[in-house]
Amino acid sequence: MKLARFRGLLIPVVLVALWEIGARVGTLPPDTMSQPSAIAVAGWNALLDGSLLLETAQTFQTALLGLAIGTVIGIALGILIGLSPVLEAVIGPTLDTIRPVPAVALIPLALLIYGFGVRMEVLVIVFACVWPVLIVTVSAVRGIEPRLIEVARMLEMPALSRMRRIVLPAAMARIAVGIRVGAGVALVVAVTVEIVLNPQGLGYGMIIAAQSLRPELMWAQLLWVGFAGWAFNRLLTTIDRRWLQRYQTGGAR
Amino acid sequence: MLKLAAVAFAAAVIYLWQIAADARLISPVFFPSPTRTFAALVAMEERGDLWRPMAATALRMFYGWVLASLVGVLLGAAIARSGPVRAYLEPLLEFLRPLPASAIIPPAILFLGLTSKMAVTVIAFGALWPVLLGAYHGFRSVEPQLAEMAAAMRMKSVAFIWKVALPSALPDIFAGVRVSLAIALILAVVTEMQAAQTGLGFNILMAQRSFRSPELYAGIIVLGVLGLFTNQALVMTERRLLRWRTLTR
Repeated sequence: MKLARFRGLLIPVVLVALWEIGARVGTLPPDTMSQPSAIAVAGWNALLDGSLLLETAQTFQTALLGLAIGTVIGIALGILIGLSPVLEAVIGPTLDTIRPVPAVALIPLALLIYGFGVRMEVLVIVFACVWPVLIVTVSAVRGIEPRLIEVARMLEMPALSRMRRIVLPAAMARIAVGIRVGAGVALVVAVTVEIVLNPQGLGYGMIIAAQSLRPELMWAQLLWVGFAGWAFNRLLTTIDRRWLQRYQTGGAR
Repeated sequence: MLKLAAVAFAAAVIYLWQIAADARLISPVFFPSPTRTFAALVAMEERGDLWRPMAATALRMFYGWVLASLVGVLLGAAIARSGPVRAYLEPLLEFLRPLPASAIIPPAILFLGLTSKMAVTVIAFGALWPVLLGAYHGFRSVEPQLAEMAAAMRMKSVAFIWKVALPSALPDIFAGVRVSLAIALILAVVTEMQAAQTGLGFNILMAQRSFRSPELYAGIIVLGVLGLFTNQALVMTERRLLRWRTLTR
């Protein structure tokens, strides 16, 4: 087990070492492949002066806001469609036609509507996040034990408390899966919108570093984006395990 | 009956859009009516601004996607079937995977410039992961009995992969390949916008810059249609290739 871990580190370590040597000897072009040591220094400095953290906060703030709105829309629409086959037959085809539109195609439109800033980015993220949540919610609601809903009907529960007490808890574990997928999408789309044109956040930081011919800063930012994505994913896994697993086995209690 | 209702609903949405646009509830600067959008689409076609950019976008997307699919299946098979390969590569891949694909655009531009090659590289990188994961799962979950049978018959490992493992991994590979296709379209659009390559993505960005909103809407619709059709084509191919699965059951 221990040995396997070291083997996994072998290739990255060798690559980085070769990179450093190549850059020092001068076989690697310095304007694209700056030395790993220079990258580490640039990253450390950007971390210390707070610019990296500010960009991270901007990106995550936007991504989470978009995710929140997209999740609410996705769950609401998903429950309606999931509970009513008629509704699905009627509005399903229209949704299926809109869905393949790549979210990034909305970037120019969002820019036209809101101009640069948080709102345009959120709009694009919402469009991208709705689908995974919506699709999973529909199938989760479909998968609810029909007897639960019958019982609710028999008890003459009002529609709203039926949602809150039966439908949501029973479907929550699977909806959480959709939200996780949506969260990944949100972060990717946020960085993408920033790289394409929105002047804020991590994506914009990378583009600016590349354009101002500071490749070492760009590489540092790239590593940071990778790290942030990884950490975010870990956080979601933990949340999932801690708070959402209990719905998995118990169903609605 | 329900189909009719579905068509009626779609028609109602477009009709409401027309009414809302005509009544100028929202400024026509960013909310053109369907008729104006359609007129822009026709005008684009007449100017030759429709098929050529569409082909450029589709071709770049296709190259990147094919590249990603090939590499993904090979790598996925290697990692799934060989312990050492897994031990050496997995941590590196685990780091690369959550990296937003668009984040490699700045380094890709530094290396390859604002070229088609850069676009294809970025598309291939982003589209790689779903195929890789799909192939990995597919090749991992080959029925052990089949593997034992093949070993008993002294099947060569290449023949085993080709005749046994690949067919049984195909459904998972297809699932990955379909996700990849959507990602490829997204990245094709993004790289066009970023690198000013001819294509639909670049066109809608230009339409926005000169406030030609009908053209912008037309471009978004065309991109949606492109996504819809490529996905449909893939679903049909999948059904063809996997027909034996339904036949044997």
